[in-house]
Amino acid sequence: MGATVIPVEHVLILAGLLFVIGLFGLMLRRNIIFMLMALEVMLNSAALAFIAAGARWGQPDGQVIFMFILAIAAAEVSVGLGLVLQMRRQLRSLDMNEAVRLRG
Amino acid sequence: MNLFLFYLAAGIALCSTVMALTRANAAHALIYLIVSLLAIAVLFFFLGAPFAAALEIVIYAGAIMVLFVFVIMMLNLGRDSQQQEQAMLDFSHWWLPGILAAILLIEVLYVLLSIPTESAVRSVMPKEVGLSLFGPYVLGVELASMLLLAGLVGAYHLGHHFLPRNRGRRD
Repeated sequence: MGATVIPVEHVLILAGLLFVIGLFGLMLRRNIIFMLMALEVMLNSAALAFIAAGARWGQPDGQVIFMFILAIAAAEVSVGLGLVLQMRRQLRSLDMNEAVRLRG
Repeated sequence: MNLFLFYLAAGIALCSTVMALTRANAAHALIYLIVSLLAIAVLFFFLGAPFAAALEIVIYAGAIMVLFVFVIMMLNLGRDSQQQEQAMLDFSHWWLPGILAAILLIEVLYVLLSIPTESAVRSVMPKEVGLSLFGPYVLGVELASMLLLAGLVGAYHLGHHFLPRNRGRRD
């Protein structure tokens, strides 16, 4: 499987495309669940770039950083979804525009 | 043949990600996101990182997406929220973020295409990853465990209003 010649710059372009799609989704959506999903896409594209770099140099560091990204994503999603539940309870809405006021 | 499969998986990842972020129904978006994660796991496999591919499926597509499913089911979003989302997906809302994202994409592509790179992919087996993870990166592992503990405590604090009130407790 490792003998395949995959152009690494194409993988990096794919990672860039996925990151920009995630950023676009983050700017487009106002529903907090979709914003969390867009954040997941962006983290995932960064992980893809790390894996591609690790494969390019044949070093395990890329996969190590991937695992750290995984831990960050898990922690971020658990806290973020807790915030979603609180927001639904207190504001009766998932719209981020409802939650712009501090101490609201 | 492998190269064709690689580009196929890349196309699936792109399409399903676009579909995931433009759906009005959160459950449909979640299914597309899971397809995207599985396609990226295939990409990891082709890039010679089988351990990362397995982790992508087990933790991302398994654990994290199940969290999303639980929350979407708990929120019980109705048809009115779907219509509200549909209204937010109007062209008048997405042209400005679209232009900004396109500019950034062009810059990234310019940078990537102006650097000549070689393309010898070497597999990195789980043993090397483990030796590296618990060798030079052991401090990072400790920090990640502290981050996960903080995430656990934070999620419990934010979500404990939803647990059934335990009458035997001190409060």
